[in-house]
Amino acid sequence: MNEQLIEQITKMVVEKLQETKGKAENRKSDEAMPVNLFADAPVGQALATEHPDAGPAGAVTFHRTTEHKQPAVPSKVASTGTCHKQDGNKQSDAKETELAELRKKTPARVGVGRAGSRPKTKTWLQFRLDHAAAVDAVYGEVPDELLERLELFQVHSKVADKEEYIRRPDLGRRLSDESKQTVMEKCKKGPTVQIVASNGLSAKAIEENLEDVYLSLEQSLRNLNIDMGTTFYVDKGRVALMDEIGEMLQPDVVVMLIGERPGLVSAESLSAYLCYQPRIGTIEADRMVISNIHKGGIPPVEAGAYLGTVIQKVLKYEASGVSLVNKEG
Amino acid sequence: MNLSTVLGGERYVFADLKEVLAKANEEKSGDRLAGIAAETVQERIAAKAVVSDLLVSDIRNNPLIPIETDEVSRIIEGDINERVYNEIKNWSIAELREYILSNDVGDRELKRLSRGLTSEVIAAVTKLMSNLDLVHAANKIEILSTCNITIGQKGTLSSRLQPNHPTDNIDGIIASLKEGLSYGIGDAVIGINPVDDSVESVKRILHATKDFINDWEIPTQNCVLAHVTTQMKAIQQGAPADMIFQSIAGTEKAHRSFGISAELIAEARDLALKQGTGTGPQVMYFETGQGSELSAEAHYGIDQLTLESRNYGFARHYDPYIVNTVVGFIGPEYLYNSKQVIRAGLEDHFMGKMHGIPMGVDICYTNHIKADQNDIEDLSVLLSAAGVNFIIAAPMGDDVMLNYQSMSYHDVATLLQTLGKTPAPEYLKWLEKMGIYENGKLSARAGDATLFNR
Repeated sequence: MNEQLIEQITKMVVEKLQETKGKAENRKSDEAMPVNLFADAPVGQALATEHPDAGPAGAVTFHRTTEHKQPAVPSKVASTGTCHKQDGNKQSDAKETELAELRKKTPARVGVGRAGSRPKTKTWLQFRLDHAAAVDAVYGEVPDELLERLELFQVHSKVADKEEYIRRPDLGRRLSDESKQTVMEKCKKGPTVQIVASNGLSAKAIEENLEDVYLSLEQSLRNLNIDMGTTFYVDKGRVALMDEIGEMLQPDVVVMLIGERPGLVSAESLSAYLCYQPRIGTIEADRMVISNIHKGGIPPVEAGAYLGTVIQKVLKYEASGVSLVNKEG
Repeated sequence: MNLSTVLGGERYVFADLKEVLAKANEEKSGDRLAGIAAETVQERIAAKAVVSDLLVSDIRNNPLIPIETDEVSRIIEGDINERVYNEIKNWSIAELREYILSNDVGDRELKRLSRGLTSEVIAAVTKLMSNLDLVHAANKIEILSTCNITIGQKGTLSSRLQPNHPTDNIDGIIASLKEGLSYGIGDAVIGINPVDDSVESVKRILHATKDFINDWEIPTQNCVLAHVTTQMKAIQQGAPADMIFQSIAGTEKAHRSFGISAELIAEARDLALKQGTGTGPQVMYFETGQGSELSAEAHYGIDQLTLESRNYGFARHYDPYIVNTVVGFIGPEYLYNSKQVIRAGLEDHFMGKMHGIPMGVDICYTNHIKADQNDIEDLSVLLSAAGVNFIIAAPMGDDVMLNYQSMSYHDVATLLQTLGKTPAPEYLKWLEKMGIYENGKLSARAGDATLFNR
């Protein structure tokens, strides 16, 4: 149920952004490019030389090697066998145009050709590279200078290291004793909105997006005259850590900005979870999330501004998640 | 029921059936997270030894979750054939394992045996089996199922084509669909996970996929994997769905957190039979996966393998067309690394087949688990050898909507060619007609998505 809600809300946000910006969709596909397969092989160009010889037409791959050594003759000619050179070019160009059209419609890795029944070498290595980037982006540390710049102090969950983070989700949902004390000393009690940031599964997500989301959210709350608590950063936190923070500081709303599990399309996606009066034992369905916040998804500045309006609604109805949907009718 | 043993001079005593079953599992991070895993490797083996001496009747007579409190337990109990059960109730689990592996026992015998086994008994014997045991035994069983076409024949490996798109863009879905078809993927089902779970969105995708299937006369079936209630509304409003999908779990409590019940699934099946576009008789599609009950805090201290087996006990009640475990998706808290994913994949497939259901596997991994594409390629070969009914494939294995990696279109074609298998017969005929397959392999024009442009 929670998952559906996540999707529903994400979609609402995307629609809203499209309404206001008009160009969200365009930007999305444009900016997805740098991390996708064709980033270093401009559509239509590299593929025009690659496809016909060993691509879908299925010609034997060993032809390729020799053809590539003959730069004067476009390799596609050879694959069309007895065809006239001109016709071969035309056919291949037409096919390449069609494939380029298909590729434009989805970030999925389509029109990639094959070597026998296996992927082409470049396609395979690009896939491995994207996976490597995603793996390397898992966890990681957020640079101190970012936290200093945003004037956020750092505390820690009960998790000691990466391994424990994976194996003990329960420890990621609690602050260490020392951190609890720090939070109680430094934070304003009973604020309307308490913002918390955490690296979660991707420090990169915080590094790339926190500043924009946070500053625009802060601005948005100020414009709406909504009172804010003392924002801080938790190393190796989980979403439900907001329940303990809710108990400790008694805010009306907690917003948790946390790094998502890296995907191949983006390793730096941030999620914003929010909940009305989270306390120990809060059910998952009462949390809301705006996910997919990154430069190729929901732009961070817009997400921050939008979060402000969602918080306003949560405060008005004194509910979040499924309870909010029910109260709204 | 004896729950203690002496091994290597050390005495091991287990408190109850639940504890010994949990400790008999191969290492899984989820069991450790639940605090029920064996403390030492030797304790694990001691637990296996105790389980091997338990009788089939010991397990049935000591229910882990009583039928009074759980409808999944009631369904599993209610579907047991008492005659078959009476023949085997005094067998030990060790004897049961050896019967399953015996050279005199084949498809027919195992299907009959299946009728007398509770899900917990199937789980127990699975704990005693090695990986190769699981491959070898599962491969004896041939489960055919029919929606529009029939899949599951010996020597075939079918696939679900999964052309997901991050915004459910129909043109994007179709682009990925064309690419998959050109590699011969999609005889099990063309199944899309929607981003948007609304009825309108589901209807739109059902219509688009059905139109495409009709235009190209593709002998397959469609499905949009939204919540069951959403699919039911879409069908009631006239959308063409060949089957109804739902994720399931091993306890009634976990089902509640999924927003489903036995009654709802029965209603869905009834609706699919009366208003669905699938020929049938099989019209249901379920997904499962070890760890989902613990994740939903609805596990009753029972280990994840036993709970997974209960998924299949629940599933078989509804005579599904296809079932698959999404092994590797749930995360390292439950299956830590490739070794655990591979083990779970083989266990799930075997347990599904022992329940007599048409079992497939989504062989996959996320980016925060210790596994990569090489690991799932390994598992795909093992499962193909085990006779898995179908696997799932996305373009280059990269699902751009769900942000995880599964098998690729290329992988399915390669498994077929390497292991000398084919897609389902009716589908193969169509592939040959389209010129995508030739002499049982990809033809020269295969892999060209523009085949489907006109």
